[in-house]
Amino acid sequence: MGRKLLLEKANVPGIRGYDVYRQQGGYAAVEKALRMTPEEVVEEVKKSGLRGRGGAGFPTGMKWSFLAKPAGVPRYLVCNADESEPGTFKDRYLMEFIPHLLIEGLVAASWALGSNRTYIYIRGEYAWIVDILEQAIAEANAHGWLGKNIKGSGFDCQIYVQRGAGAYICGEETALIESLEGKRGNPRIKPPFPAVKGLWDCPTVVNNVETLAAVVPILNIGGEEYAKIGTGKSTGTKLISACGNINRPGVYEIDMAISVEEFIYSEEYCGGIAGGKRLKACIPGGSSVPILPAKLLLRTAKGEPRMMTYESLSDGGFQSGSMMGSGGFIVLDEDQCVVRHTLTLARFYRHESCGQCSPCREGTGWMEKILHRIEHGQGRTADIDLLWDIQRRIEGNTICPLGDAAAWPVAAAIRHFRDEFEWHVNNPEECRRRNYGLAHYADELVSALP
Amino acid sequence: MMAKFTDDMKAEVARIVDRYPEGKQKSALIPVLLMAQAACDNWLSPEVMDEVGALLGLEPIEVYEVATFYSMFNLQPVGRHVFEVCQTGPCMLKGCDDIIGHIRSRLGIGVGETTPDGLFTLKAVECLGACGYAPMMQLGKTYREHLTPERVDAIIEECRNMSMA
Ligand SMILES: Cc1cc2nc3c(=O)[nH]c(=O)nc-3n(C[C@H](O)[C@H](O)[C@H](O)COP(=O)(O)O)c2cc1C
Ligand code: SF4
Ligand code: FES
Repeated sequence: MGRKLLLEKANVPGIRGYDVYRQQGGYAAVEKALRMTPEEVVEEVKKSGLRGRGGAGFPTGMKWSFLAKPAGVPRYLVCNADESEPGTFKDRYLMEFIPHLLIEGLVAASWALGSNRTYIYIRGEYAWIVDILEQAIAEANAHGWLGKNIKGSGFDCQIYVQRGAGAYICGEETALIESLEGKRGNPRIKPPFPAVKGLWDCPTVVNNVETLAAVVPILNIGGEEYAKIGTGKSTGTKLISACGNINRPGVYEIDMAISVEEFIYSEEYCGGIAGGKRLKACIPGGSSVPILPAKLLLRTAKGEPRMMTYESLSDGGFQSGSMMGSGGFIVLDEDQCVVRHTLTLARFYRHESCGQCSPCREGTGWMEKILHRIEHGQGRTADIDLLWDIQRRIEGNTICPLGDAAAWPVAAAIRHFRDEFEWHVNNPEECRRRNYGLAHYADELVSALP
Repeated sequence: MMAKFTDDMKAEVARIVDRYPEGKQKSALIPVLLMAQAACDNWLSPEVMDEVGALLGLEPIEVYEVATFYSMFNLQPVGRHVFEVCQTGPCMLKGCDDIIGHIRSRLGIGVGETTPDGLFTLKAVECLGACGYAPMMQLGKTYREHLTPERVDAIIEECRNMSMA
């Protein structure tokens, strides 16, 4: 059993309410933080090695220390609860089952950053979670963890929940800020970075839900202790939301010290591939990161076991590796068609492009159309090269990383499953009749684990 | 004008505006539009949008450009019960296409259409953050997960009963 720092108490009856949460040791991290200076809290987070859990994996302590602090200008902390990356549903789980953990982390982080108004920007579809958060905030207010002069510290802080209204792009931090200002979610050109000019042009930190919740155990056990969990630069625990063709889909908290093989096949986690089938492919970190065929997923190109860590998942770069991303772990069994799956992702990115940059706006539409053609038996061999060419022209040529996020899944699908695309082109009749891809990519290691 | 917003709603708008610093009431736009939509048969007519603009001191165009950007705003009337079925990759792996097919045949409408009695609208939407509980749909404020044809039938029945009560 790995160590649980975030979800350990998530199943305690009544933990959603303040009383049980407090009895279980809740808000001790805030008490501790308020006895420290804000700088000391930032230092503790630095020591922990915590990396942002929203997707990019940027060191949180460093991000906090970049926050500009001009005199007389308010600073803001914004919690990113937009969670819209396909395959990702971990923040929802955390907020739904143990909402006070996030609120506690937010109070401590607001103290560290000097944010008197802190916002949780949550995707509009999570409507019932808004009620859960509002309730937790009301309770925290009633018990003096929010409001004026929190526990006699002289620090004032209020947390507000802001709903989005359906737009993946608002998960990108500058689009989120625009949306929070009441505008369309068009990402801003950086620099200036939010740390200098963010919400209402004030210095702003945007952090993911899981990142901010992790501040609680970091303060409780100390940054150094936290850094001992995991491996290398992947410290602490990580929430993984697992979905697709596995026996036990759900949200798991892992030590970043287990192998991908263990994660997929052990009963503690995914419980193996559903229906006794074999593993064909997996997107390990949310729809934007490269898909890997079974053999590259379980073993790196060097033949080493691949681990559930930032470093190991990206080992081999995009040639033979992928990324930890947001921890959205999507598993495809041997009967799944990679072309069809990639088509749904291309449609997603076309739908979600904000339209500011032509490579992204036009390119995502082109990719969807071409994939649609191939999937429906009307593709040509040249289409595969055209797809490759389009994705290459999007990547790196846009205002925000959504362009890359749209390009990578298509590139990886062609890179690793080219003959499946060719099969679609060469077997137009058959691919109209049945939707199965080629099973020869599937794993032979299925029984390797006891 | 000002026909749709009750005093209670205006008080709620004031509470929302209070979340932001002085002069930043534009930030209230999305929450207020969501509230207005919920109060006005689940869609935003130009009149309702203009009213929201007037309440917040915004130009009409500032409201329209936001209302047209976000997928949760309906700019046309919709049915009383809107089935928003997720169709993105992870849900596809778990058979959402069959679920959408089943709903289409049960309700006799295509994706994007509303039944003639105005009871149901079917939409295919993108990932809702429920991929592990697929196939799924959003129905109003809640998610309906682990859908099967039988569960879909039960949901349709539930909606019909609700509308008769
Ligand atoms: C298109 C796009 C969508 C994103 N969606 C999310 C999201 O839903 N949640 C999130 O926390 N970060 C998301 N991010 C990353 C944020 O921009 C930002 O890096 C993150 O919130 C920082 O928090 P962290 O350092 O705690 O990870 C997205 C980025 C891009 C480019
Ligand atoms: S890359 Fe796409 S989503 Fe990002 S700013 Fe450009 S058009 Fe908008
Ligand atoms: S893909 Fe359907 S909820 Fe995520």
